[in-house]
Amino acid sequence: MRQVAIIGIGQTIIGERWDRSLRDIAGEAVFSTLYDAQRERAEALFVGNMMSGTINNQNNLGAYLADWIGMWGDEAYKIEAACASGAAAFRSGLMAVASGEIDSAIVVGVEKMTDQQPHDVTAALATAADADWEVEQGVSFVGLNALIMRRYMHEYGWKHTDFAPFSINAHANAVYNPFARLQNTITLEVYQKAPMVADPINLMDASPIGDGAAAVFIVPLDQAPLDGRSVVVAGSAAATDTISVHSRKDPLVLAAAQASVKQAYAQAGTGPEEIDVFELHDAFSIMAVLSLEACGFAERGQGPRLGLDNQIHPKGRLPICTRGGLKARGHPVGATGLYQIVEIVQQLRGECGETQVENVRTGMAQNIGGSGATILTHIFKAV
Amino acid sequence: MEIARHWRLKKQRYGLVGEVCPHCEAKIFPPRDICPSCGQEARDLYQFSGRGEVYSYTTIYQAPSGFDETAPYTVALVKLDEGPIITAQLTDLEDDKVEIGMPVEMVTRKLRTDGDERGLLVYGYKFRPFQNIPQKNEALPH
Ligand SMILES: [Zn+2]
Repeated sequence: MRQVAIIGIGQTIIGERWDRSLRDIAGEAVFSTLYDAQRERAEALFVGNMMSGTINNQNNLGAYLADWIGMWGDEAYKIEAACASGAAAFRSGLMAVASGEIDSAIVVGVEKMTDQQPHDVTAALATAADADWEVEQGVSFVGLNALIMRRYMHEYGWKHTDFAPFSINAHANAVYNPFARLQNTITLEVYQKAPMVADPINLMDASPIGDGAAAVFIVPLDQAPLDGRSVVVAGSAAATDTISVHSRKDPLVLAAAQASVKQAYAQAGTGPEEIDVFELHDAFSIMAVLSLEACGFAERGQGPRLGLDNQIHPKGRLPICTRGGLKARGHPVGATGLYQIVEIVQQLRGECGETQVENVRTGMAQNIGGSGATILTHIFKAV
Repeated sequence: MEIARHWRLKKQRYGLVGEVCPHCEAKIFPPRDICPSCGQEARDLYQFSGRGEVYSYTTIYQAPSGFDETAPYTVALVKLDEGPIITAQLTDLEDDKVEIGMPVEMVTRKLRTDGDERGLLVYGYKFRPFQNIPQKNEALPH
C-alpha cells in the first residue's frame, strides 16, 4: 500500500443555514478544498453523510454532489456509519488512493440538519441505535449516553461538575475558530445551571447539531507538494462493537475505540505519550472521558481527572478539542469526522492562532458512530 | 406503519421470550442467531422471569417523534436476573425514587402509537418497582 497525504482542506461555518441547501454547503467546503490544494478536480468523490435519506429526502449523494461540484462522470459514493460517517468516508477514500486504484480523491462530510423540526431530528439521530430493542423503547440518542454517564458516575464516584472542564475547554477554544457554531466561553456556573436534557446530561454536556460540511483532498505521498502544508496519514483503523449499549460486555468501555486506536498506534509506530494534539468525539462529555480512557491517556474510571488537572487545554499535556470540539465547534453529524481531520491538519500546519499547540508533530482524530458501535481512529504527521 | 415488524417481535415484546445457548447455557435477550458468549449457533427458546434490577436510568425530556405525548418518561438499563441487560421504560413509579440496584419486574404497557392518532398501538414490556403480584391478576392497561 502507498502512503497517502492530505494536500488540501476546506470547511464551512456550522450553524442554522436556512439560506443554503445540502449541496450548497457541500460545494462550499469542496471548492475551498480545491483552492487550498490548487487542484481543479479529483478522480473520485467520497461523501460522508448520515441522514440525507431521512431528513433531506435525498439519497444517491455521490452522484448528486459530483454533479453539483462539476465532477461530471466521476466515481462517487456516500458512506454511512452514523456519526462516524465522516471518518468512514475518509478511510474509504484513503484505501482507494493507498491501493493504487486512483491517484486523487476528494472526501467531503456534509449534514443538513436544521430544515427539520427538533423531534424529527431526534428520531433520525436515534436510527444510529437498534430500532427494535433500543429506539422502540423510547430512548433517544442523548438518552443512551445518559444511561452510560449515570452508571459511570455511580461506579467511579464522580460528580456531575467533574465533567465541566471538558465543556469549558471546548468553548474557550471555539472563541478563536471562525467556523465554530458556538463562539462563546462558558463558566462553571453556566455549566451547572444548564437545563436538563436527559439526566445527568444537561445542555452543556451535549454538542449542538448544525448544518456544515468539511472536506480534504488526498493524493499519494510521493505526489504531494513539499511546501510544509502537506500532512501524511500515519495510521488509520476502524472497529465495531455491539449496536446496542445493553449488549456490551461492559457498557463503560469503548471496545471499538480500544481496538482501532491500538491498530492506528501500531501503524504509526507511536503511542499515547507521543500524541501532541487529539481531536476526540465529545458529542457528550461522557464520550470524551471514555475516549481518553480507551486511547490510553487515563486509567479506567479516571478520565475526568485529565480535565480537573487542567491538562486538556492547548498548553496542557494533552490538548483536546482545540478548535471547539463537537461541544462548541458543533456536530453536523456526518461532517464531524472531516472537521476533526481538517482541524488536525490545521494544527500540523501551524494555522490555529490562539489555540495553536506548540511543536506539533503528531495529531490524532477519533470519530464515534452511535453510542460506541463504530469507531475510527486516524493519526497524522507533518511531512 | 410497520405492522409485520411489530407482529414478528410479539413473543419477545409481550412475553420476554429469549434464548438459551445449547452450547454454553448463556441466557440471551434479545434473541440473536449467534451466542454472544461462545460464538456458536443459539436457537433454543427461553422464557425469562421478568425480574431484574436497575443498572442505570435517565429521564427523557426531548422525546423522539412518536413518543412526544408521554414525555417526560424514565428509561432504564435493566439487568435481568438471568444475566442480560435490556433497555426498557420504567413505569408505575408514583412516589418511588429510582435508584441503581432497585428491583423491578416486567409488565406489558403501550409503548407508542405507530403513525397518526388512527395508527397501530405498539405494546411491549416496561418495568415497574418489584411488587410480587402475579401478572395474571392485572387488568390490561389503557
Ligand atoms: Zn453460547
